[in-house]
Formats: sequence, C-alpha cells, structure tokens
Amino acid sequence: MPESTIHTEHLCRSFGRIAAVDDLSIDVPSGIVFGFLGPNGAGKTTTIHLLLGLLEPTQGQARVLGFDTRSQADEIRARSGALLEFSGLYERMSAEDNLDLYGRIYRMPGPERKARVKELLTHLDLWDRRKDKVGKWSRGMKQKLAVARALFHHPPLIFLDEPTAGFDPVAAAALHADLTSLVTREGVTVFMNTHNLAEAEKLCSQVGVIRNGKLVTIGNPKELHSSKGGQKVEIIGRDFNEHILTALQARPEVKRVELQINRLLFELGADGKVGPLVTLIIQSGGEVEEIRRTGTSLEDLFLALMKEENK
Amino acid sequence: MSDLRTIMWKEWKDLRSGTRSNFILPLWIVTIMGIVLPLTFKLRWINLDAAPILIILYVPFMLITSFIGDAIAGERERHTLETLIASRISDRAILLGKVLVTVGFCWGMTVFCLLLGAVVVNLTQGPGPWLFYAPLNLFLVLLVLSLLTTLLAASAGVLISLKSATVRQAAQTMILGEIVLGLVVYGVVSLLPASVTASLTTSQIVLIILLVLVVLDAILLWASLVSFRRSRLVLG
Repeated sequence: MPESTIHTEHLCRSFGRIAAVDDLSIDVPSGIVFGFLGPNGAGKTTTIHLLLGLLEPTQGQARVLGFDTRSQADEIRARSGALLEFSGLYERMSAEDNLDLYGRIYRMPGPERKARVKELLTHLDLWDRRKDKVGKWSRGMKQKLAVARALFHHPPLIFLDEPTAGFDPVAAAALHADLTSLVTREGVTVFMNTHNLAEAEKLCSQVGVIRNGKLVTIGNPKELHSSKGGQKVEIIGRDFNEHILTALQARPEVKRVELQINRLLFELGADGKVGPLVTLIIQSGGEVEEIRRTGTSLEDLFLALMKEENK
Repeated sequence: MSDLRTIMWKEWKDLRSGTRSNFILPLWIVTIMGIVLPLTFKLRWINLDAAPILIILYVPFMLITSFIGDAIAGERERHTLETLIASRISDRAILLGKVLVTVGFCWGMTVFCLLLGAVVVNLTQGPGPWLFYAPLNLFLVLLVLSLLTTLLAASAGVLISLKSATVRQAAQTMILGEIVLGLVVYGVVSLLPASVTASLTTSQIVLIILLVLVVLDAILLWASLVSFRRSRLVLG
C-alpha cells in the first residue's frame, strides 16, 4: 500500500463557469479517518466523485490507493467502498439481499458472503431483522446497513458523504459508535465528508476545510486549534462589573471578553495566562470562585475560518 | 458474464419484491390477452387473424413502458444508481443486465399469454383434437417479431429514461412515443403505392419488417450503451 492513500495535486473540476473544486492539493495517510469539512455546496461531494473516478478533473490529478483517477478508476472502485449522499439501499429488498448483492458485485464466493453478512449484521445488532425489507426500517438502521455495505468486501478505503446528515443527536451518536467500532476493527482509511463539526472532532484524526471549492486549511484538529484558535476560559465569581470588564479588555493577551451574570467568558491568545487576569479581577474588587478552561471547539475554528474567508 | 448475472439477479429480486401496483399491469394483461380476447375471438385467435397479430405485437410495448422506466429512471429517482456506479461493476453490465431482465420478463409474459390463450380457446371448443396456433410458421415469426419489438421498446425506454427526471415522466414520454410511432408506421404503410404492396409476398413483407426491426434494435441498443456512462449518470 502506498504511504498516502489519497494524493491530489492542483485538482480542479468546473461545471461551466462554476469551479466546484479549485486547486485542491491534499494527502491523506493510510489508516486514518480524514474529515472533509465545508458548508453546503463547498465542493465536498464533487471531490468524492473525482476521487472515485466518476467525474474527470478539468485540471490537475489525483491518485487513490496508488491508482490514477483518470486512467485507473476501475481499480480504485474495485478497492474502495462508498456511502454517498443517499444510502443507496434497495428498499424493496431485504437487508441480507442488499449486502449479498454487493458481495456478488465484488465477486466474493457464496460461503464467504454468507459469513460476512452474518458477521456484520450481528455486529450491528441487525441480524434478527435480516429478512425485513429495508424500506420498513428507520433511517438510522438504514444508514448502519449502508456503512456495513461499504465495508462488506474488506476495502482498504471507504468514502462516506455526510453519513449522519439529518440525524437527531441520539441517532448520530449511535452511528458514530458503530462507525468507530467498525472502522477500528476493519483497519480501513476513511474519507468522510461532513458539515457536522462535532462528528469531525470526535472521529477524525485529520481534517481539511473546503470553501467554494478551495482548501482553506488542513491538519490535525488539535494543531488547528493551536494555530488558528485561542484558549477559552470561563471565570465564575461575584461582583463583576463594567469597570473590571474594561480593565480586562485592555490586557494584550485578552482577545475577547464577555460579561454575563457572575461569569466572565474569555478568549485568550495562544500564550495567554490566566493567573494575572485573576489577580486583576481581585484587585478590582471582584471575587473569584471557579476557573474553567473550555478550549476552542472545531465549530469555533470552522466559523473563524469561514469569517476569514468572507473578509 | 458474472457481472451481468449479478445485475440480472438484482433486477429479478427487485422486480419480484415490487409493490402490489407493479403486478396490476401484468395481471391485467394476462386477463385480457390470455383469457378475455381468446374467449372473444375463439378460433380466429388460434388462426392468427390480423387483430390478434396486432395485439401480440403491441402488448410487450405496453409492459416495457412500465418496467424499463422503473429500472432506469426509478433507480435514479430512488438514489440507488449512484451507489451502484460507485462500485466496480461496469456500465455495460448494469445496462445489459437491466435490459435483459426487463425484455425477458415482458416477452415471457407475452409467450405465457399466448399459451394460456391457446388453452382457453381449446377449452371453449369442447372435445376434439387439441388445436394450436396456425400456421405454425407465422406463429414462430410473430414470436421473433414480438421479441424484437420488446427489445426496441426497451432500448428506446433506456434513452428516454436517461433524459427523464422521474419514472412518471419517463412513462409519459414513452406512451407518447408509442402513439407517435404507431401513427408514423400507419402513415408509411398508407403512403406506399398499392403496386408495391401487391408485388410483395407475405414472406417478403415479414422479412422486410424483421430487417427493419433488427437494424433499429441495433442502432438504439448501441445508442443506449453510449449514453449509459458513469460520468453522465453522476451529473444527471
């Protein structure tokens, strides 16, 4: 297996005058969950279509699992699994038949297909419902089955396009748990499109942010926090007032401070220390009871990046 | 071949597990073509008069309209085609698998109706020798013509379905196409000088029809194979 499972160089795809993907250069190492973040219409789905060789790039090139997406797309599709924007399940067929179909497509022998159906459906607690027509299932169950289908033929790489879009938090958490356990067990590389930042933060060891087809940033979520975002600190106490707020706003390490009832919310620079701020509050007549570091969420980082791009 | 078998397996499963409404049209066709019309025409049905011949040729068209639209436009509407084309299976296997199962089912229904019709006519005739379609040569030619018209309708259906957003739109366009085609055929036949038609024997007419159908089938199937491409489907 090559060092990078996915490697793109100045990849572009236009539809008429609209550049859906614009000069995209990324490397996705093997064995990780890579999150591709971006708002609706950012170019995430087009990127998956390009990587699967379903669309040809207008410029640039991409190699997936060592194969060129233009000339060796069949090889890529033979070695990868996909759960695209829709689950793509045959709702008039049973769960068992849906999986069996993809086993046949990937030319797995009959006994191996049977064993794999049992293994995956048992793991996902769907074995007892294997004869049901999938159309009768809940959306969460269908999506679990679609993940199982993507992994059915033991591919080294799977593409997931917004796997929890439109899910309630409970269903999303359940799918995350199943996805994590399956991906860990199968040891696959995952390329996951999402605009669910909590999902990306939870599952991905590397994320890329895309906007209007252009890559805005890429890296480990923690690295991105330290490079782009500051620390978040919450100080709880009494007698906080406008005078204290003004004094705190004047401090160079304070990027932003907000006063709420008995609570001060800070955004500090990367090197900002809390100690001097506490001293200042106490000297100004305030009383400090508790200090909490909340950190910057990926959501904050994402919104900051989108703001920067708008400017 | 194994890819073709896989798609045929899938299409057959999908067809068999369809909703009740999927079975209404075939049931209606079997009732009309296999029971009602043979009872009405009696021996004329078995002796292959002009009316039964037209019905035999037209029925597969009616069935195809419903089934090929579901196999192509329906699969795109239900968002299952996108996942299928993201797999390793070839465009050609997907298309041919769908066409073969649909044509096989619709033509099989026609043959079944004809056999049932023969049984019904014999039952109405009371005791006596068992009758079958006569002349047998014409019956066999009709079966071939019926297969060719089914394939023609399927290939045209693929092209229409690829340009239609929904199954309903595809079916409406196909019905309209059938009416136009019927009028064109009628117009061409009417415009032929009487001297031309009079100079041709029945065998020659049948041969010309067979040749025209084979050529049209080949052209439309080729056009379907060219149009059914991943890059086009993903943008569709």
